[in-house]
Amino acid sequence: MIYREVGDFKTTYRDDGQTFPIHFDRMRYYVVLLVAFCVVPFIVNDYWTNAVLLPFLIYAIAAIGLNILTGYCGQVSLGTGGFMAVGAYACYKLMTSFPDLNIFFCVLLSGAITALVGMLFGLPSLRIKGFYLAVATLAAQFFLVWMFNKVSWFYNYSASGQINAPERTLLGYKITGAETSAPVTYLFCLVLVVILAIIARNLTRGHLGRSWMAIRDMDIAAEIIGVNPLKAKLTAFGISSFYIGVAGALLFSVYLGAVEVGEVFGIQKSFLVLFMIIIGGLGSIFGSFAGAAFMVLLPVLLKNVLVGMLGWPTDIATHLEFAIVGLLIVVFLILEPHGLAQLWRIIKEKLRLWPFPH
Amino acid sequence: MKMKTFTAIALAVTMAAPPAFADLVFPSLSYRTGPYAANGIPFADGYEDYFKLINARDGGIGGEMVKVIECETGYNTEKGVECYESTKGEGALVYQPLSTGITYQLIPKSAADGIPLHTMGYGRTSAANGKVFNTVFNYPANYWNGASAVVNHLLEINDGDIKGKTLALVYHNSAYGKEPIRTREELSKKHGFELTLLPVDHPGQEQKSQWLQIRREKPDYVTMWGWGVMNATAIQEAANIRYPMENFIGVWWSGSENDVKPVGDKADGYKALNFHGVGDDYPLYDDLKKYVYDEGNATGAGDQKGTVLYNRGMYAAMLAVEAAKKAQEIHGVSDITPQQMRDGMEALEITEDLMTELGMPGFGPSFKVSCENHGGPGLASVNQWDAKAGQWKQITDYSESDMDVIGALIEEDSAAYAKESNVEEACS
Repeated sequence: MIYREVGDFKTTYRDDGQTFPIHFDRMRYYVVLLVAFCVVPFIVNDYWTNAVLLPFLIYAIAAIGLNILTGYCGQVSLGTGGFMAVGAYACYKLMTSFPDLNIFFCVLLSGAITALVGMLFGLPSLRIKGFYLAVATLAAQFFLVWMFNKVSWFYNYSASGQINAPERTLLGYKITGAETSAPVTYLFCLVLVVILAIIARNLTRGHLGRSWMAIRDMDIAAEIIGVNPLKAKLTAFGISSFYIGVAGALLFSVYLGAVEVGEVFGIQKSFLVLFMIIIGGLGSIFGSFAGAAFMVLLPVLLKNVLVGMLGWPTDIATHLEFAIVGLLIVVFLILEPHGLAQLWRIIKEKLRLWPFPH
Repeated sequence: MKMKTFTAIALAVTMAAPPAFADLVFPSLSYRTGPYAANGIPFADGYEDYFKLINARDGGIGGEMVKVIECETGYNTEKGVECYESTKGEGALVYQPLSTGITYQLIPKSAADGIPLHTMGYGRTSAANGKVFNTVFNYPANYWNGASAVVNHLLEINDGDIKGKTLALVYHNSAYGKEPIRTREELSKKHGFELTLLPVDHPGQEQKSQWLQIRREKPDYVTMWGWGVMNATAIQEAANIRYPMENFIGVWWSGSENDVKPVGDKADGYKALNFHGVGDDYPLYDDLKKYVYDEGNATGAGDQKGTVLYNRGMYAAMLAVEAAKKAQEIHGVSDITPQQMRDGMEALEITEDLMTELGMPGFGPSFKVSCENHGGPGLASVNQWDAKAGQWKQITDYSESDMDVIGALIEEDSAAYAKESNVEEACS
């Protein structure tokens, strides 16, 4: 019934090639955007923005970034935390060195710097694959965190090694610093998320995305049919790192405000983002959002249920939270290895046939 | 979309939690899980038990019952932010996050929301300058006092001359561990000792290479800025290389029972700083037993009483309660707001008489907070671990730290913050 192509006639190639070819799907997408832009900003408060929405949006960008590299191009990376740190520290240096620079460009430039660093660390991928590449990116993770801890130029020689985001405004609204208002920071991140997600979606549908997927599915065959592995892998590393760098910059400047590299951008962050794309679904933009939502919301939800509603001791609730999240990851990997995105695809298939399943 | 369903459920859950007003709310951002739990649990227990005592014995503060909302941070800054946001709407009066990382996050938020932050013996040291950090307090002592107190202790046992001695600093490689370095460097110039820095990465279980270096270089003294599992590991490693324990001195966060007990007899003689009393030989404990423990109300497992960190949690709660009383007195209302609480903290005066009256005679130094000085007197004592008796012994009196050096550093660092965040220096 729902999600059917029937009656949805395409008369131009342009119509035929659009992102959401099914009319209902397209409408649903516009409704989601409408709600996100026109309804949510008016109902959010500090708690909702800072505890749920900002981390969700920021991790969604990081997950899209890693998904481009791992899900679309098949290059396993454990360096996400380190690359996010590059974004955060680049943003900090830009913010403090050029106080007049608009925060929006600051964030994008941090992404660009991270892209360069990512490409540098992506060079070994031309020679090594699979597990070995994972280990090489793991080295990047540890090296970058060590470097930001060791070289005091990166944190402007502050005594504590912390970086603090100074106050910056955009069109007169405070984006970073202490006195931000919830809807403003939310909208700032939302705009970036939407732009980046649309770009990512279109990249993966185009020439570049196809060459990434060819490399992922079989690199030798891809090379034979004329895909340049150097170009494909390095663009994947560069673009992926751009997204991850933007996420790191936002995490530092808009969300946390103060960051300490070892604690925030440690190896556990790499794993967190990797879990997001595995649970959400490798090679799917929607999956990145679903995975980020799952990993950000579930602990908050469990905490609110166990501690807020049932009144359990906080330590038991936290331990249980670990156990439940861990269990769900295992269950997902066994029952639905393609993640939440695949579940969504199945639901859509079912909905097309409903109510006549045969 | 899936995400919408989750959001809807989460929304329903948060909305269902009933908001509470009438009480005085003291959130406890604790950590009972993770690599720092061994140190987080006793502090959180002590903090909450004292409030339970106040409720049971005195019927609250000035007739207002106290409500403690516990929120688990796991020493993680992101969870810390979530805890802050989720509790501030309930009328939180003061935050004590027991984490330097979370403190750095909360300093700007606390200034914006007008909710005071009390970081007792941790956090950003330059917050002692109340002209810049209006809402942040770190009385009665801060890291730089600690860094100086260790050096003073060494001066004392070496008859005032430590020129040419070597001093290693084993520190947690984070904002917390890095805080004392600048003071140490200044002091090393002043007193002519050599400083070796040995960072240990989070969580601190891996210290083989650091202790190998100590074994090779044989520094005269080793000092430690550790927390959580790092402390016990370091003391164990020191025992393994047979480093003389009496030359190994920790800051007050590296001096609890949980740090030395796992090492057993070999930890005997290890020293650590402290800024309050140890043991349970205080009249207050009789009241706690009568009103809290015997009622079956002890927080957590109830096995932490009398430990160093339990006492510290209790001390933190005591200072918060006294500040609340002060605030009630200044403003003449019993149901105080966070801003009024701030005024109470700034006017806080702890005297020997007051402590005796509270059942804690000689528990801590007497001090007075003012707008210029949010850091208190910075007095610290040295404790030594007696493994046979299983007790910490206070071996020195509370002594002054080198305020000439520290005061200048505080001015410099707070001025940098004021410039960075456009804060006007002012005393209202």
